[in-house]
Amino acid sequence: MIDTTALTIQETCSLIASKQIKTVELTHSFLDRAKKLNSKLNAFITICEEIALKQAEKIDDLISDNQSLGPLAGIPVGIKDLYLTKGIKTTAGSKVLENYIPVYDSTSIARLKEANVVIIGKTNLDAWGHGSSGENSDFGPTKNPYDLTRVPGGSSSGSAAAVVSDMCLAAFGTDTGSSVRLPAAFCNLVGLKPTYGRVSRYGVIAMASSLDSIGHFTKTVYDNALVLNVTAGYDPRDSTTSQDKVSDYTKDIQKGVNGLKIGLPREYFKDLDKDIKKITMDAVKKLENAGASIQEVSLPHTQYAVATYYIIQPSEVSSNLARYDGIRFGFARDKFGQEAKRRIILGTFTLSSGYYDAYYLKAMKVRRLIKEDFNNVFKKVDILICPTSPSLPFKLGEKVNNPLQMYLSDIFVVSQNLAGVPSLSVPCGFIRNLPVGMQIVGPHFSEKLLYQAGYTYEQETKWYERKPKMGN
Amino acid sequence: MSNSKYQPVIGLEVHIELSTQSKMFCTCSADYFTKEPNTHTCPVCLGLPGALPVPNKKAIEWCVMIGLVLNCQIPLFSKFDRKNYFYPDLAKGYQISQYDKPFCVNGSITLSNGKKIGINRAHMEEDTGKLTHATIDGKRVSLIDFNRSGVPLVEIVTEPDFESAQEATEYLKYLQRIVRYLGVSNADMEKGDMRLEPNISLRKVRDIREVKKVQKVTQVAQELPPYKVEVKNINSFKFVEKAINYELERQSELLDKGQTPVQETRGWNEQKQVTLSQRSKEEAHDYRYFPEPDLPPLSFDHAYIQGLKEKLPELPDAKLKRFAKQYRLSLYDAQILTRDRNLADYFEEAAKAAKVHDIDAKQIANNIINKKPDIEKILPATFVEQIYETSQVATIPSEKLDKIVQDVLAKNIQAVEDYKKGKENVIMFLVGQVMNNIPEKVDANLIKKNIEDLLK
Amino acid sequence: MKKRQTTNVKRLTSTIDIDHTAKLANLDLSPAEKKTFDAQLGKVLDYINKLNEVDTKDVLPIDQITSVQNVTREDMPTPSLSQDDALKNAPRTYNGFFEVDAVFEKNNPE
Repeated sequence: MIDTTALTIQETCSLIASKQIKTVELTHSFLDRAKKLNSKLNAFITICEEIALKQAEKIDDLISDNQSLGPLAGIPVGIKDLYLTKGIKTTAGSKVLENYIPVYDSTSIARLKEANVVIIGKTNLDAWGHGSSGENSDFGPTKNPYDLTRVPGGSSSGSAAAVVSDMCLAAFGTDTGSSVRLPAAFCNLVGLKPTYGRVSRYGVIAMASSLDSIGHFTKTVYDNALVLNVTAGYDPRDSTTSQDKVSDYTKDIQKGVNGLKIGLPREYFKDLDKDIKKITMDAVKKLENAGASIQEVSLPHTQYAVATYYIIQPSEVSSNLARYDGIRFGFARDKFGQEAKRRIILGTFTLSSGYYDAYYLKAMKVRRLIKEDFNNVFKKVDILICPTSPSLPFKLGEKVNNPLQMYLSDIFVVSQNLAGVPSLSVPCGFIRNLPVGMQIVGPHFSEKLLYQAGYTYEQETKWYERKPKMGN
Repeated sequence: MSNSKYQPVIGLEVHIELSTQSKMFCTCSADYFTKEPNTHTCPVCLGLPGALPVPNKKAIEWCVMIGLVLNCQIPLFSKFDRKNYFYPDLAKGYQISQYDKPFCVNGSITLSNGKKIGINRAHMEEDTGKLTHATIDGKRVSLIDFNRSGVPLVEIVTEPDFESAQEATEYLKYLQRIVRYLGVSNADMEKGDMRLEPNISLRKVRDIREVKKVQKVTQVAQELPPYKVEVKNINSFKFVEKAINYELERQSELLDKGQTPVQETRGWNEQKQVTLSQRSKEEAHDYRYFPEPDLPPLSFDHAYIQGLKEKLPELPDAKLKRFAKQYRLSLYDAQILTRDRNLADYFEEAAKAAKVHDIDAKQIANNIINKKPDIEKILPATFVEQIYETSQVATIPSEKLDKIVQDVLAKNIQAVEDYKKGKENVIMFLVGQVMNNIPEKVDANLIKKNIEDLLK
Repeated sequence: MKKRQTTNVKRLTSTIDIDHTAKLANLDLSPAEKKTFDAQLGKVLDYINKLNEVDTKDVLPIDQITSVQNVTREDMPTPSLSQDDALKNAPRTYNGFFEVDAVFEKNNPE
C-alpha cells in the first residue's frame, strides 16, 4: 500500500480523480498522522477532525457523481491560525482570541472551500504573526521536524512543520517580512510570498497592512503554482488587490530558463556565511548550466531595510491591534503577550507627536528608495537570486531574550515586502543536515516567471525528497 | 458683544452625516435611525478581525460636491488616513478620516453683511457607534450600538473668521440649506445629521492697534489669540448661539482679570445655560495620524471634477436671483420661496401651470406664501385651479355686481326688512338670490360683504 | 486644528517615554515590563536610528505599493449580520447592545 501522506498534490489529485483513493480515507490518514505527530511538533493549535471528515464525504459524493472538481479537490490543507474560518476557532496564536469563533470566512478560505479542499486544522504561529521563530506563540513553540531542538522559522511555523512532516499537503501562511519564506527555508519547503495585492487579505487577521502578503507552503514548485491558481485574484472586499488578470501558473512551468537574466544582488552575498554562500552559488550554477545568464547587481539600500521595516511594521501593528479591546470579541488587552506589547509600544512611539517625521515619515521615504532599487535592477535582469536566511535554523531559546537579534534574522526577507515584489523560497540543499533555502525574486506580478525558474532548479535537485526522520 | 475691548475670533467645525444608502466603507444600510441595536453591522463596521474597508463612491462624490458649493479647490490627489484613539464606540480603535490631503480645501462663502468666511477644508470620514448610559442591577454601565458606526460624515472646517454668534448661525443655516439643496443630507439637527463645534477665543482690540503702527496690517489680521476653547457636539443652532455668547462673556471676564482662558474642550449644558469643561478630554490628544494602508490613494482628473460641477443643482442664491428676475418677485418673496428646494420647485411648477389661466407668477407666489398649501398633498396644478376659481370673482366688475345686488334687494323687500330687524341669517337667502343671477361661480363671502355694506 | 502638533519636533532618541506611550496605546504594563521594554527598545531604536544616514531630502514618502488607485464601490446596501452574530463573541451584552463599564459621557460633562 502506498503511503498517501508522503505524496505531492500533483500525485494525489490524479489518484483522487482516477478514484484510486477515496477522500475520506486520505483525510483519515492525514488526520491520524497529524494527531500523532502534533504532540511532538506542536504544529496545530486546532485539528478539525469532524469538519474535515464531513467535507471529505461531501467530496467523495461529488466524485462518485462524476462531477469535475478541480485539482485541489480533496487535498488536505493546514491553515495558519490568522485566517478567519467561520465556525472554527481562530486564535492568531494569542490568548486574546483564545475562544474566538469567527462569523465569516476570509476570502482565501472561501476560495479554498469552493475548490473543495479539506481543512485538517489551524496551525500554530508566533502570536499575531510577530516573530521569526514560532516561539512567540501563546500556545507553545512549534519544533523543526529536521531537529526538534531547533526552530522551524516563523511566523508561519506550524504551517511549515505540518507540510514537511506530511500532516497535510499544503498549508497557508502570511508573509509580512519573512513569515512564509523563512519557515520554508528552515523546513525544506517551497514558500511563496506573492506580489502585494495579488492575493486578498480580506479576513486574514492584519499584522501590517501595507506589507502583509498571503502565501502558502508546498513540497514542490508545481504544487505551489496549483494553489496560487486558486487564491490569486482581485477581491472586491480588499481595495488593495490588483485587477490585473491572473494567469494559469502551472501552464508553461516547464519552459526552462534559457536566456533568462538572473541578477545576484551583491549586498546579500557580501558578508554571507560561507557555507550558505557556497550552497546558494551551487544552485545559481545549475541555473546557469540550464541556460540562464548570471550577473552581479546592486540593491544599494538593502542595509536599511530592517530599520525601515521595524518602523513601518510596528506602526501599522499598533493601529491594527487597537481593535482588540475585549468589548465586541476576545479578551482585554492585558492578555497580549510580550512581543505584541513590545511592537505596540514601538509603533505607537514611532507614530507619536514629535517623532512621526523622524521615524515613520523617514521610513516611508526610505521605503520608496528601496522600491526604486528593485525597479532599477529589474531593468537589467529578469529575476534575482539571493539567500533566504543568513543562518541555519537556530536553537529554540537562542534569541528569545534579544529582540534585536531576532529582528535581524529577517535581514534578507523584508526588502521584498517593503517593495511589494514577489519572492519564492525554494529548497537549495542541506548544511549539517539542516535545510537551506534560496529566494527567487521578480518584479511585481511575475509569479509565473518565479515558478518557471524554481521548477527548472527543482528538477535538477529534488531536495523535497529528503524527508525529516519523524518515524511513522 | 457689548464689550468692545475684545474682538471675537470664532471658527466652526461642522459634521454632516450623508444620506447615502450604504455606509462609508461597507455595504451595511446607512439607514440606522430608530433601528434595533446592532442589526446594521458587518465585519467591517464592527471592526472584526481581518475586515477591510472599501470606500463608497457616491459619498466621495457628495463630499466633493459640498466642497464645490463652498467654493473649495479640489486637489487632484487625495488619500485617507487613520486617526488613532481609544473609545468604546470606535470599533477599530481608529477612525478612517483624511489628514493632510482632504478632498476639498481653501473655499469661502460670503455672509449677508458682505464678510467673507474662509473654508479651511471639507473632508470625508466615518461615524462612530452610539453610546447610551444606564444603570443595570445597580451598576453604572455604557451600552453600545454600532448601527451608526461607519456612516459617512463630511467634516467642514471654517477659518476663525466669524465675529459674532449671529454670523456663525447665518453660516450654519446656509450650510444646512445647501446640503439639503444638494440632496446629500437631511441635515436634521434632532437626528444628529448635523453636529456643530464652535471654537471661540478673544483678541484684544488694543493690541491690534498698537501692533498696526509697526507691522503690516495683513500680518496683524492673521495673529490668533494664544488659546482656543472648543465647544463640542452641539445639535441646535440656538445652542450654538447661546454657547458662543456665553463663552464670549466668560472669556472677556477672565481677560478683564488679566487671566488667559485655558485652552480646552467644553460642553454646552442646556439646563444650566453654561458651558462646562470636559476634563476627561483635556489630556493632550495624539491621534497618530498615518496614511490608511488598506485604501489606495485617489487621484481625480479635471473631467471628474467638471462632471460633478455639472451635476450641481441650482443653489439658493442663484435661484433667488433668477426668481426675482424671471418672475418679477420681490426679494422677500423670492427668499421665502427659495429657502427650501421642494418649495421652490413647487412654485415653479405652479407658475408654469398658471400660464393656462393667464395667472401671473407673482400672484402664485403670493398665494403660496399666504395660504401655505401642503406641498406634499396638493399638486401644483390643483393649487393653481383653486386660485383660478377664487380669482373669477375678482374679475366681475364691481359696478356689475352692485347692480345685481341692488336688483335682488329691491325684489325681496320682506327679507330686507327681516334682516334689518335683526334676523341676520336671512342674509344667506339674499346671497343665494344674487348668485342665481350671476352665470359664473363667485365667492359667496364677497357677495355677503357687498349686501352688508348696502344694508348698513 | 488639523495641524500635527509638531511644535517641538523631536530628534532621534534612544529612549521611549514608556508611561506616556503605554497610555496612548491603552496598555497597562507592569513595572517589570516597562523596565524590560525600556532596555530592549532602546537597542532597537539605536539600530533603526541608522536610517538617519540616508539622504531623503528630495524623496517623497511612498504612497502606494503596486499602482492600484481610485478603488471605490457603488452605493448599494447588502444584508448585515444578524444581531445574534454581531453579539456572538461579546463577553458582555444587554438587550442587543454591547455592554461596558460606564465610560465618561461625551456630551454630558456632568
